[in-house]
Amino acid sequence: MQAGGQVVHDPELALDYTRVVHGEQRFVQHRPIFAGDEITSTVSVDSIRSAAGNDMITVKTEVHATDGELVSTVYSLLVARGVGEES
Amino acid sequence: MTLMSVTQVHVGLELPTQEFTITRAALIRYAGASGDFNIIHWNERVAQEVGLPTVIAHGMLTMGTVIRVVTDWLGDPGKVIEYSARFTRPIPVPDTDEGTSIKVSAKVTELLENNQAVISISAIHNEVTVLAKTAATVQFAP
Repeated sequence: MQAGGQVVHDPELALDYTRVVHGEQRFVQHRPIFAGDEITSTVSVDSIRSAAGNDMITVKTEVHATDGELVSTVYSLLVARGVGEES
Repeated sequence: MTLMSVTQVHVGLELPTQEFTITRAALIRYAGASGDFNIIHWNERVAQEVGLPTVIAHGMLTMGTVIRVVTDWLGDPGKVIEYSARFTRPIPVPDTDEGTSIKVSAKVTELLENNQAVISISAIHNEVTVLAKTAATVQFAP
C-alpha cells in the first residue's frame, strides 16, 4: 500500500484520488512473509486503458526479500472514474 | 497447529458462513493501518460530491475481512497462497453505531496438484453481491 502510493500520488500520472476506486486485487504469495523479514517492493504500471469513460490502471508490485527471493507478486486494478456519469 | 489434510476436502464442500460488520470506526482504523487515506473512505461531504452515496469501505478492508471465512476454517492464514477479488459494487458505510454488514459464504470449487484447492467466496451486502471472481488458493497437508 505504501508502495502503491507512489502511483496514485505520482505528479505526472496526475490521478484525482477522490475519483479512484479499487477494481480488482490479486495476491500471489510465493512464500509466507515472516516477522523480521526485510522486504522491498517494486511497483510498475503494467497497463492503462479507457473503458466506459473510466481509466483502468493495472499496477504490479513485486515484493522481494533482501537476498533477492521473490516473496509475493501483487496485482491491483485502479479505476479512475470518469466525470461524465455519476451513479 | 495441525494442518487440515486434503483428504478432508472435496469439491462442493461448503465452509461455515459468517457475517461481518463494518463501521465508520473500522474505516478510520484501516486507513491508518494501511496508509490509504483516500478521503472517500472517511469524509461524507467529499464522497457525495464525487457521486457516492456516502463514504465507502476500502476494497482491501472488505477483501481482508471476508477471507476470514477461509482462514478461520483453515486455522492458518499462512496457507493462503493466492487470493484475488473483483470489487463490483461499493459498500456504503452509514454513520451509525451498527455500521453495515456483509454475509460471506465459501465453498471448495477445484482440487489442484500438490494438495492445494481453490475456494470460491461469495460476499453479499444488502442482498447484492459486492465481490465477484473472488477466490483463494490454499495449501493443505497430504
